[in-house]
Parts: sequence; structure tokens; C-alpha cells
Amino acid sequence: MPAPFSEYEIDAAYDEMFRPGGRPRPHYKNLYNQLLNLPSEELHRSKKEADLSFFNQGITFTVYGRAESTEQIFPNDLLPRIISSAEWATIERGLTQRITALNLFLADVYHERRILKDRVIPGEIIYTCKHFRRQMHGVRVPRDVYISVAGTDLIRLPDGSFVVLEDNLRVPSGVSYMLTSRKVMKQIFPALFRKCGVRPIEQYSQALFSTLRSLAPEGRSTIVLLTPGVYNSAYFEHAFLARQMGIELVEGRDLVVHDNRVYMRTTSGLQRVDVIYRRVDDDFVDPLAFRVDSSLGVAGLFNAYRAGNVVLANALGTGVADDKAIYSYVPKIIRYYLGEDPVVDNVETFLMTDRAQREHVCGNLEKYVVKAVGESGGYGMLIGPHSSSAQRAEFRDRILADPRNYIAQPTLTLSAAPCFMDGRIEPRHVDLRPYVLFGEKVTIVPGGLTRVALRKGSLVVNSSQGGGSKDTWVLQN
Amino acid sequence: MLSRVADSLYWMSRYFERADHCARVLEANYNLMLNPSKASTEERWHRIMASLGIAATAGGIDPQMAMIKLTSDPGEESSIASCIAESRENAGQVREQISSEMWEHLNRLYHYVTRANSRLETDSDPLRLLVAVREGSYQFRGVTAATMSHGEGWQFIQLGKYMERSCALPVLLDAYFSTAGEADDLDWVGLLASCAAFESYCKVYTADLKPDSMAEFLVLNPEFPYSVRYAVERMNEAIAAISKTSFTHETRRIERIAGRLRAFLAYAQITEIMTRGLHRYLKNVIEQCKSLHAAVHEVYIDYPIQSALEA
Repeated sequence: MPAPFSEYEIDAAYDEMFRPGGRPRPHYKNLYNQLLNLPSEELHRSKKEADLSFFNQGITFTVYGRAESTEQIFPNDLLPRIISSAEWATIERGLTQRITALNLFLADVYHERRILKDRVIPGEIIYTCKHFRRQMHGVRVPRDVYISVAGTDLIRLPDGSFVVLEDNLRVPSGVSYMLTSRKVMKQIFPALFRKCGVRPIEQYSQALFSTLRSLAPEGRSTIVLLTPGVYNSAYFEHAFLARQMGIELVEGRDLVVHDNRVYMRTTSGLQRVDVIYRRVDDDFVDPLAFRVDSSLGVAGLFNAYRAGNVVLANALGTGVADDKAIYSYVPKIIRYYLGEDPVVDNVETFLMTDRAQREHVCGNLEKYVVKAVGESGGYGMLIGPHSSSAQRAEFRDRILADPRNYIAQPTLTLSAAPCFMDGRIEPRHVDLRPYVLFGEKVTIVPGGLTRVALRKGSLVVNSSQGGGSKDTWVLQN
Repeated sequence: MLSRVADSLYWMSRYFERADHCARVLEANYNLMLNPSKASTEERWHRIMASLGIAATAGGIDPQMAMIKLTSDPGEESSIASCIAESRENAGQVREQISSEMWEHLNRLYHYVTRANSRLETDSDPLRLLVAVREGSYQFRGVTAATMSHGEGWQFIQLGKYMERSCALPVLLDAYFSTAGEADDLDWVGLLASCAAFESYCKVYTADLKPDSMAEFLVLNPEFPYSVRYAVERMNEAIAAISKTSFTHETRRIERIAGRLRAFLAYAQITEIMTRGLHRYLKNVIEQCKSLHAAVHEVYIDYPIQSALEA
């Protein structure tokens, strides 16, 4: 291939930019031509400019469990990941369908439980889920919307189709990277933007704000963002979103509950709070209802919530719908509530609670990826093909000790996209996390966070495990 | 504005002022101690400690060690390094409320001071550090005034700064005037330099260093930034501005305490104060500042829920 791509290898993975023969796909043509004509010093300069811009904005995240300088700059790749309008239309349809069905599922699980009575899903798998909140039984939430903000991880299989890898329905993060990286890219590639017709994503904050407001009771709409505080890994994002929406960024200690009403302490006295966009996990929101050792939450919040005096977004207990074992039932959930086939499929998933499936997987661990059902962020998983026999033995023991806690999936090759690595353009594996908002209606800003496994050949895209991100462009037509 | 945010801004500002004050006092004395004097080095260090409100330690003071301790020892809570660290810690809690320029300046000063700890080897190193802190503090103040919106948050910053000054100046003055009998002209120059007041004083009273005039200048002058009265006037302004933006009727209690303190300074005469005892007068000022601080805390920051609900 020509100059900047001379080292570019196309393998079995679906390549986002090139067809198998090495010709660029139509929606990548503009970028391809631009890169052919761009001297490599120019790319270097742009990369430096972009890095500096991220550095100056203080776009960082925290890696837990490391003592030395825990705050790191989020690595960002220079080249955008481009999605054609037709591909996006499918994704949009699929995600809308999925969030609609999952909301109906949550409303059902915490009320009539029809889906269990009809034996579509075994009740056992619901009640043994770590994130099932029995306290939520019978609690009505505004508009029956449990999930207002979702970040769904999609990957692309070698045949080019998108599938859902996991649903993040509790407190998904990363949207601030999506927004800031777009801002930086606009400074760096203005001409390319003009030529390509990239659909805007800047309206995300307004869309999030309208979503939250649509959940507020009539005539009262004080909305706040509840953060665990400055030491949380996503604090930057919390501050960013609060500022973008013009709402107060509060910590648990800023809120008090009196007479089942929630107030924030201000210099003008107590001010009533109506909607809390909470970025604190269920477990920690109220020490009286959940974990007693939590100092991040607000005592009495759950009672105020149950009394209908305050709205939490997302609702409590949504984790039951993104449990990785329950995930395997999502296609059935979609058919059950909507009577439709899923637009975007699931990844084949083996339940370790099922004896036959368990035995099959345990006998072939080197072929599978094993995940703990309630974990995210790339923690608590085994990647079979890249594991040692000791690690496999350890996971086998863990699976047998607690089968409900694990699922297995075949090792999937994520699609690859061109990245600017040390002066050359090379393919790296990527996924895609679009952000889905659900209030009065479903809103998905065209784009998302494309996460990149920066190490050559690696399939792990999580920022805590050496992943980075790139801007995601959805084209107009 | 959230109470927690107001509290953090207030303390960010107080600690910063405390670091700045400490640096000014040390710089003035560092120069002074190069001159021979009747008093021993140790006695002079005792006065420095007293003028910073640090309880005297039993036993002797090693001058070099004392200097390092007060500038850059993170274990010494009154040291410049500790105060800057506390100020930064508070700023970090409300980073989205202050301007990014403010954070940058404070952060830079923090790194400078904390890294200096291991480098204070040669004789002139402490002085270099003190000068850097002084200049850093001028910059931080300038950046704060220029880049932050002068709303409620800014008023809490003002309040913190002048509250700290109103408390620190009486302590400093008391330390000097309680040993006034043994003081020579150079000691008095040291006092004025500790308040960045030498030139301004001379413009009003000429270079004639009379204790009464100096007390009058540093306590009652309405125009000089490092006089007690000036600081109290600015506190009153900040309190009035905060009252305007707040809706609690409790603010009148604060205004009363602040107003009384202002009158206590505005209508005082130096002859009267000196006859009755400067020490008593200064102690009274500090007591009033303390109750003002407590009132601000009770009304704006840590009020009982019940009282707020009735309001």
C-alpha cells in the first residue's frame, strides 16, 4: 500500500477503513486521500497539538490500585473512526429497541414479574443477581423509565455486523471524552470536517438535561449531579457535565433528607432537590438502605425516593438488566415485550449455571473469554487464548465454586481501525460505546466513544488496561 | 451556592493568606537578623514564633532549623508549605468553581514550595523561597481578581483573606509591643517590613519610628491594606455583598457582629488605646473576629436543618 500505510496489515479482523483487497471503503475515502497527501511531519505536529490540548484541559482519569501518580492523561488517537449513515441507522434502531425492551423488563421485574411467571427467564437468575434490589419492588418511577442513560458497548464481527458486547446501565461514563475529543479534532482537521459532513454531537449536554427534566415533577425542576467526590476516577466528567448543564455538582454531604424530602445545603439555606443525576453506585447512595459503611451517600435518600419526592437517574436496581448472565436473555426479552427480532444481536454466551455449558467451557477454557457477571472495566476476566495454564486452573476453580458469578463467550476478534502509532499508521482493535438517553423519548447522539486497544494485537480496550479512545464520526449520507 | 463550596473557597483563601503572612514575617526577620543586636538570636526567634502565634517550644531554637521548619516542613502545620498545601487541597475540592488560571498558579506554587524542602542547603536558599512565595502570592491574587467572576464565591474568598489578616495582624503587633521596652529602631523596621508597611508609614509619619504612631498606622489606618481597620472594612464589604445574594434572615446577626467590630476600630483613638493597654485592645479584636467567624460558619455553612426549614 502507498506511503503512510506501507506497514498496514489487514488480517482476519474486519477493517474499518479498508476492504479485504486494500481499497478504502467509500465512507473512508476522504480521510484516506487526506492522509496520502499529508506529509508525516504534519501528522506529528497535529498529534502533538492534540496531546497538548488534552493535557491543558486536564482530561484525565484515575487508575485504582496504583500508588504513584494515579492521575493519567487519557490517550487519544489522532485518526477518527468513521461510520456510514446506513450503518448508524441500524445501530440507532437496534439501541432504541434494546433500551425500550430493557426498561419494560425492569418495570416488570420490580412489579408484576410476568416474564418470570411466563418462564421466559428463570426467577432464580434474577434473585441471585448481585444488583437486584428487592427494596425496589413496587416502587413506581416517573414515566416507568428506569434507565435514562445507557452506554452500550458494541463490537464489529469479522463479517462486518455490529453486536452488543455489554449493556452499561448503572452509571456509564466516558461521554466527556467523546465531547472533548470532538472539540480537539475540530481544531486539528477543520478541512476534513467540511468535506465529510460529520453529524454533530455537541448537543449531548442539552439532550441529557432535557432527559433529566422530563423526569421531574410538574413545576419543580431543581436538578443536581451527585458525585462520589474528587477522588473518583470519573470526577473530571462529573464536573464537566455539571458545568455544561449549569447544574450544581453535589456530594453526599451536601444533601440532607428531612421529612422524606431531599435538600441541598446552600449559603441561602436548604434548597429542595427534585432530580438527582447520580453517578454513585446503588450500593452507596444511602447507608440506611444499602451499604452501611458508605460515606458517599445520603441517609434517608431511599425513603424519599420511595415516597416519590425525588427522582434518581438512573433508577436504583438497573444493574439487574446489565448482569452478564441476564444479558444472554436480552434477545428473548426483546421478543417477549416488543414481539420483534433484535435489530442488533448479542454475542453468543455460555451460562456457567447450566451444567452442559459449564462442562463444555471448562474443558476448553483456552478458547473462551470468561467474565465475572457483575464486573466492568475489564476487571475480573480471563482471556483464554492469552492465558497461562495456571490462570486457567484458577478460573476453573472459581467457576466451579460460584457458577452464577461467571459467563463465557467465544474469543471474538474486534474490528480494527487505522491509528497513528509512533509515526506510522497501523491497525488497532476498537469497540464503540454510543450513549443512549431515555426520558420522554429515546435520544442517541450520532457518535459515541470509540475505545482503542493501543497495544498491537490486544483486544482489551478498557482505559484502566492500556486502552485509549478516538473520535467517532457518523456521516450525514 | 453550595455551603461546602463556600467553605472551601473561604479556607483556600485563609490558608493562602496565612502562608503569605508567614513568608512576609520571615523575610523581614531574615534580613534583620543579619545585623548585630542586643538581643540574642534565640530571643529574636522567640519573638518570630510569638508574632506568628506559634506556641513557644521548650528548649533552645536552632536558627537554621527553625527557618527550614517554618518554610518548608510539611509536618509543621504553620509552615508555608503546609499552608499552601491546605490552600491547594481546598481549591482542589472546588476546581470547577475557580478559574483554571487560579488553579494553575496555586498548583505551581505548591510544587515549588514542596519540592524546595530537600533543597534548602545554602544560606540564601530560604530567602529565595520566601521571595518566590511573596511574588507567587501577588500573582495569585491578581489572577483571582482578573479571571474569576466577582460573585458570591469571590466574596467568600475576600472574606477568608481579610478574616485571616484581621486575626494575624493583632498577634504580630502584640508580640512586638509586649517587648517594646527592649526594642531598637531596627526591630521596629522589622515590624513595619513584616506588614510591607515601611514606605507607606514613612509617607504619613516620616521616618520617625514612634511606637504610638506605628500602632496607630497598623491598627487604625483606613487606607493601608495591612492595617487591622482596612482588613475589617473589607470584611464588612464582603459580608454585605454575601448578605445581598443570600435569602436567610440570619444574615443580620453576622452584619451586627461585623459592624460592631468595624465601629470598634473606626471610632477608636490611639491615645485612648495605649492608655488602656494595647494588649487588651488587640485581644478584644481577635475575640470579635472569632465570633464573627463562628457566626459566618453557623449561618452559611453548618446551620441546623430545623432553623433553615423554618426560614
